[in-house]
Amino acid sequence: MGRLLAFVPLAVAAILGGFFLWGLNPDRDPNNIPSVLISQPAPEFDLAAVDGLETPGLSRADLVGNPGPVIVNVFASWCVPCRAEHGVLTQMVEKDGLTLFGINYKDKPEDATKWLAELGNPYERIGSDLSGREGIEWGLSGVPETFIVGSDGTVLFRYVGPVVGDAAISTFTEALVQAGALIRGQNG
Amino acid sequence: MTPEIGHFALALALALALVQSVLPIIGAGRGNILWMQSARWSSFGQFFFVGIAFLALMQAFITSDFTVKNVVENSNSLKPLLFKVAGTWGSHEGSLLLWTLILTVFGAAVALFGSNIPLSLKARTLSVQAWISVGFLTFMLLTSNPFDRVFPPPGDGQDLNPLLQDVGLAMHPPLLYFGYVGFSIVFSFAVAALIEGRVDAAWARWVRPWTLAAWMSLTAGIALGSWWAYYELGWGGWWFWDPVENVSFMPWLMGTALLHSAIVTEKRDAFKSWTILLAILTFSLSLLGTFIVRSGLLTSVHAFAVDPERGLYILGLLAVSIGGSLALFAWRAPTMEPGGLFKPISREAGLLVNNLLLATATGIVLFGTLYPLFYEAATGGEKLSVGPPFFNASFIPVMLPLVFAMGMGPYLSWKRADLAGVLQRLRFVAVLAVLATLVIWYLAEGGPVLGYLSLMLAFWLFFATLREWAMRIKLFEVPFPESLRRAHNLPRSSHGMTLAHAGLAMAMFGFIGSTVWKSEEIVFVRPGTEINIAGFDVTFEGAERARGPNYFADRGKLRVDRGGMYVTDLFPERRTYPVAQTTTTESAIRSTLAGDLYASIANPAAEDERTQGSWTLRILYEPLVNFIWIGSAMLVLGGSLSLSDRRLRIGAPSRKATTLVALSAE
Amino acid sequence: MRNITFAFLLLLPVMAIAVEPDEMLQDPALEQRAREISKELRCVVCQNQNIDSSNAGVARDLRILVRERLVAGDSDKEVIAYIHARYGDYVLMRPPLNRATLALWLAPFVLALVSLLVGWTVISKSRRKAAISGFSVDEEAEIARFVETNTPKGGS
Repeated sequence: MGRLLAFVPLAVAAILGGFFLWGLNPDRDPNNIPSVLISQPAPEFDLAAVDGLETPGLSRADLVGNPGPVIVNVFASWCVPCRAEHGVLTQMVEKDGLTLFGINYKDKPEDATKWLAELGNPYERIGSDLSGREGIEWGLSGVPETFIVGSDGTVLFRYVGPVVGDAAISTFTEALVQAGALIRGQNG
Repeated sequence: MTPEIGHFALALALALALVQSVLPIIGAGRGNILWMQSARWSSFGQFFFVGIAFLALMQAFITSDFTVKNVVENSNSLKPLLFKVAGTWGSHEGSLLLWTLILTVFGAAVALFGSNIPLSLKARTLSVQAWISVGFLTFMLLTSNPFDRVFPPPGDGQDLNPLLQDVGLAMHPPLLYFGYVGFSIVFSFAVAALIEGRVDAAWARWVRPWTLAAWMSLTAGIALGSWWAYYELGWGGWWFWDPVENVSFMPWLMGTALLHSAIVTEKRDAFKSWTILLAILTFSLSLLGTFIVRSGLLTSVHAFAVDPERGLYILGLLAVSIGGSLALFAWRAPTMEPGGLFKPISREAGLLVNNLLLATATGIVLFGTLYPLFYEAATGGEKLSVGPPFFNASFIPVMLPLVFAMGMGPYLSWKRADLAGVLQRLRFVAVLAVLATLVIWYLAEGGPVLGYLSLMLAFWLFFATLREWAMRIKLFEVPFPESLRRAHNLPRSSHGMTLAHAGLAMAMFGFIGSTVWKSEEIVFVRPGTEINIAGFDVTFEGAERARGPNYFADRGKLRVDRGGMYVTDLFPERRTYPVAQTTTTESAIRSTLAGDLYASIANPAAEDERTQGSWTLRILYEPLVNFIWIGSAMLVLGGSLSLSDRRLRIGAPSRKATTLVALSAE
Repeated sequence: MRNITFAFLLLLPVMAIAVEPDEMLQDPALEQRAREISKELRCVVCQNQNIDSSNAGVARDLRILVRERLVAGDSDKEVIAYIHARYGDYVLMRPPLNRATLALWLAPFVLALVSLLVGWTVISKSRRKAAISGFSVDEEAEIARFVETNTPKGGS
């Protein structure tokens, strides 16, 4: 009995070691918190348009009944990475014909209008979330975050951070392909 | 040139470590005295070369040598000298170098001071120590070289983080590492004993001073870290159950168990397997801490580089050292002679309870810290977090019985104790504890039951410890000079125990007071606004701009009165460091034994007409919080008293002394 | 290569006062509940703080949301559930009690039980051994030592 018991510490250490080995997987991001919205219907919401922009506002109804999946991008003029991401998103709209909706997060309308005038406006619709409450509904931890929403209004994918750089773009493109928004082989 | 010398010195140290890994232990097996003695010289040599490397890195920091990558990333020419020096160990590579340095310090110390340890045991111990050195030196040389150069050298360094430019924080790593790494030598002793196949009372006696030294240092390091968090972070907290705090706490818990277990092995030749296992586990937990902090496994505010490659290397190190030692334990431990017998009510039994409770507590902290990892693995990517509510709910109920046992333990004699007599002596203490708690309950007008239960146990521990000491010197039973004489003749280690146990009680008063009876006020203030908190009248008199060597500050002035009488002025600041582009909050604290008045200011988050021209003021009153630091100091002092006990240094006492020691109820 | 200072830099904006007076509710009882609930919710940005202490924008929004729900009449559980529904298990400082976390919540009890068992085994083993011989093993040893020390050396 004592003989067996003496092996317990070793056994425990081995089990822990196994978990550690698993944990060291370079693809694993310990800081990433999965979204609860995946495979769930998009939250119910109705946001007014940004004051001063002609682009119409965004509500849940706009996410349902589209011919294909749409991209919902949460952005702000004060968010520096959003600037970098803007070009990528514009590409996706112009080259791949994807539909892009936006949620303008905690942004003063004048600032947002100026920002879009400077960089261009690829958004078909933009909802203004001045207080940030809508962001909470989407489980936001910061900007930018980008969602892929299916034609039935189900959230299919979430990307945290700017879709900038080869790794991010390929991850996002792959997700678009999975969602059926892109055909494999199309350039993102 | 100096960095290259440093780099080369590390390589030389590795060469020596490799020799030391092999020669002495084989020499011990063959009885080759020369080979065994070589350990002495290779230990000194390792210390010498790693020391040179450390000094070389420090020199690079002092001279702001920006051709060295480590200096570029962790220093800046504008830093005050003290913090440039501290930058030596402020990074992953630098702290590894510090780790290795302390490893060699302890190796050299055993080589130098372990004159009464049998040569074969010493040789084996130093070989095991060298194995660990090899692991860390190769880790550094292969993946984390502190002496990597960068070309072309930038004009200035990148780091000027003001938060890290703090004396407390600068000293925290060395103290902590002295503790962590100090346990390595006890680990080496244990593995050497397993290889030799025997553990006896003498072994335990050699182990005790090293355990004490490491434990003291770890206590000081943890306390310093907590104290820094308390006065720097701005909301008066001192423990957050953050993963990295937990990994420093676990070796401390195990180390405490080890300390007490070693006493049993020494005095009663019992608990041998326990002590060996604890020696292995304590250092294993230190290594585990190193792994978790550097591998990116868990998120923590404290973590070093998120680098899975390095993580893999350390995991390999862990597998070899922890796996190897535990395998050796599984193989050898059952063959050790069982030790002395004891009855259920005895000091041995008490210390067994102590060991088990500390082990349970360690297990809980370990499980809680690692659970997010298990959960993520088991559910294929889902995340959850384990926060203070879990730890507080599970840790405290284990510690409270331990505190109770601590009060009673010193009254129990070895082998068999007279329960009735012990209880009778403790009755007075129990009554006193209950009375004291009731008095506080009345004065403080209620509070959570758990708080008062903890308080009662803290009183119990405090009074029980004092009474035991008083009993031993027959205080108030014999004339005072006689008591003094008795106190003088008591071995220092028993004074150490009294001081340390009383210190824990004091720290508990601090834990309880600052948590249960904390009060807080958060208000917008304009010049002239008055706030009342905990009986103090605090008036905000305005804020003015101030300047420091590398920052601008808004300095608020608070006038504190109590009962109409002026008490003090407080000057909380909000500092902006233009070069580093960061802002920090410097709290203003008024400390007394009764508690801390703790104030900080900030600009209001929402800027509108309502908050125009005003500041957000946060004042806390933390009763008894300074008892935490006082108690911690008492713990360290108690440890040093025990360490200075001559019996530990003289070595194996003579026969006569042994019988005397065994017979007295020590 | 990032290092410890980078991690701290992330933390810095956070090291200040968190709860603002303009967020606080008038009703002290409700406000107290809000503070307690905030301590149970993890800030998703500065991940090792609760939203009560975190200075992040999202933390502030969540603090305000918690108070709105309380004013609307939600119980403590309902408020936490509301935020849990939007952010998932991670946001709870106190892990939920479900099948997957059963191991966590049971662990302290299991560990305590194991300790108890071990302690019991060791003590009863010792007691059993002592009962076998008149003198215990080390009592014999003590006697032997005593005799040896007190036997005059070099004489009869």
